[in-house]
Amino acid sequence: MGRTRRTLAAALVAAACALFLWSGSAGAQEPPDEGGAAVQGTLVYTDGGERTTAEGVSITITSTDGAFSETVETDADGHYEVPLPAAGEYTITIDPDTLPDGVSLVDEDRTSLTLTFEEGRVRPAVFRLTTGEGGGGDTTFKRALRLTVEGLRFGLVIAMCAIGLSLIFGTTGLVNFAHGEMVTFGALLAYFFNQTLEWHMLIAAPLAVLCGAALGAALDKGLWQPLRGRGTGLVAMLVISIGVGVLMRNMFQYQFGAAARPYADFQLQKAIELGPVSLVPRDLVIMGLSAAILVGVASFLQFTRVGKAMRAVSDNKDLAESSGIDVERIILFVWVVGGGLAALGGIFQGLDQQVSFQFGFQLLLLMFAAVTLGGLGTAYGALVGSLIIGLFVQLSTLVVDPEFKNTGALLVLILVLIVRPQGILGQPERVG
Amino acid sequence: MNWGDILTGTLRASVGEQAIIYALAAIGLNIHFGYTGLLNFGQIGFMAVGAYGVAISIHTWGWSFWAGLAFGIFGAIVLALLLGLPTLRLRADYLAIVTIAASEIFRRLMGATKFRETTGGADGLSGYNGRFRELNFIPDGEYGFGPWRYNSGELWELVVGWTLVFLAVGLTFLLIRSPWGRVIKAIREDEDAARALGKNAYWYKMQSLVLGGVIGAVGGMFWALAQANVSANNFNPEPTFFAYVALILGGTARIWGPVVGSMIFWAIITFTNEALRSGIRADYVPDWLMDRTQVGTVRLMLVGVALILLVIFRPQGIFGDKREIALEAR
Repeated sequence: MGRTRRTLAAALVAAACALFLWSGSAGAQEPPDEGGAAVQGTLVYTDGGERTTAEGVSITITSTDGAFSETVETDADGHYEVPLPAAGEYTITIDPDTLPDGVSLVDEDRTSLTLTFEEGRVRPAVFRLTTGEGGGGDTTFKRALRLTVEGLRFGLVIAMCAIGLSLIFGTTGLVNFAHGEMVTFGALLAYFFNQTLEWHMLIAAPLAVLCGAALGAALDKGLWQPLRGRGTGLVAMLVISIGVGVLMRNMFQYQFGAAARPYADFQLQKAIELGPVSLVPRDLVIMGLSAAILVGVASFLQFTRVGKAMRAVSDNKDLAESSGIDVERIILFVWVVGGGLAALGGIFQGLDQQVSFQFGFQLLLLMFAAVTLGGLGTAYGALVGSLIIGLFVQLSTLVVDPEFKNTGALLVLILVLIVRPQGILGQPERVG
Repeated sequence: MNWGDILTGTLRASVGEQAIIYALAAIGLNIHFGYTGLLNFGQIGFMAVGAYGVAISIHTWGWSFWAGLAFGIFGAIVLALLLGLPTLRLRADYLAIVTIAASEIFRRLMGATKFRETTGGADGLSGYNGRFRELNFIPDGEYGFGPWRYNSGELWELVVGWTLVFLAVGLTFLLIRSPWGRVIKAIREDEDAARALGKNAYWYKMQSLVLGGVIGAVGGMFWALAQANVSANNFNPEPTFFAYVALILGGTARIWGPVVGSMIFWAIITFTNEALRSGIRADYVPDWLMDRTQVGTVRLMLVGVALILLVIFRPQGIFGDKREIALEAR
């Protein structure tokens, strides 16, 4: 026990040091010249399931007072960045005629954006692009099938992140609002290993997961266990977890900047056709691995001694304690497992999208939705709820605009509380 | 480093726009959390409803100024009822999750491209506060003393803002002394006991949620009018956490707690911000450690640390009474 604790501590200290030494290199945005601001953006679109960048698109930036005007073209990565002479209001205009053939703006009337720039800030200007017919003229059935697969992938990732959240709630009663930051931690650390230290993802990811587990252990040992010892109330702990979340999120932004960035490996892949759906190998592997790990976690909970003890503590803490289970040790274990899984979920999600300092926080509300839907505190409930939420988020884009897909999932959360507050797998008791 | 400027900025911030907005938000939270024990983590949702209620009704629909204000308050009442209906019968943490989720839903709807005609989408709305400026009866000129010198427009904002704060404080004071106030405090202490005495705890909690939400919405409306624009990005969950820090700092379940807390909170935040910025400009803070884009995150880190330390070591804040806080609830 002593040795593992020391190893954990060492790993965590190393991770923290790494995160802090990282500052200049790949970390924060290069600040523009004194007094100035900058505008930047990347033009990308999806072509047949592949992320493609738009090169040579002409972008014009004019200040609203007309004193400044500059036209640039996006580089090979679809990226442009223009330093601005001073803070103030600028209009960014895209020339739709210079877009690649078959590509158009999602919102064709929106060729120019007017944004206010603060001193010393780099602000993105986003133009959303699409390949004309929206997915190449798929039939609704084919689209539904593709969205189902994407929904499964997303659901598996949410499940990975949410199991820890649910287990922590079950064993300690804490609603951990900092769980999203544990997801971000894993994803950003993997980015650091992968992009800054230039290790391959296959090395970076497992290391980041270990560090995520160590973070879970450190949070429990360093913060939550002493608080439980003091007899701190659950509401107080909830507020504290929000403070932890705010602190960590801003530490991430301090180091990482506000931009979203991709990992170095597995980015541009050729899709393979599997019957009616085409998938990139990366997503296939992610789904396979997630499913395997989740089955592993489930059988661990079901069949091993520690797993049974976890469920026992979750069911009834006092009874578990009086039958000889070391409750504090089990809770520590829950934090370790939860932290590791959250980190892994973050890495998987980061591989599919990009990593940014707040993407875990954005996932947090979906995790809450999933966990509430499945039944707060039950491990299997988190799994079922996550899959449903993942599928719902993706499939809802069949009927509503994609920009509302996450909003819909949050509405589900509220509806569940009206209809069945204990969730799908929760015990029908009064939750109040 | 120019300490004079830093000090002036700090003193001005302690009575400024932000202090007013967060004082109102925190007064609302004080009724929710301090007196009734409701965990509302979506106060920003109420503020956003107030702000957008004013902006949309005046700018997009062309309503009159007063109708716009009424609409903002109406919106907050509807939101409170919608949130309270499913969650007030459930455990406290459900309300926390649902309120934060609802505030995010509202923010995303307001920022959506689809509703750009009405809400202005990601760019937001502006140019609806002409009437607010016209109502200004203070003649042009400079007023005040020391660091607190304001022109007519600024003074008008502060007068309106602090009047609202005093009205809200007065209302809280009267309500909490009334039988109604004793019932909601009883619910905070022991809901079952209150229910056993024949009080409809659910309905009292609902009234408290509506009242605190409306005060938050008033804060949001003042925000919209003082800043002359609303933008969905301003209504992310973070300001709610600020308001909690201000509330706990000043003292929960204290009439003046949220007001004093908000003043001190903004003084500290502004001081850190200004001191760090001028420290960087004068090269006292080395470049490898921090550049100016990172200053904003440092003050937010402070918010997080303050929240953690306050709740652990001094949950009653500066003026609070340890017996009167709902944090100990299990």
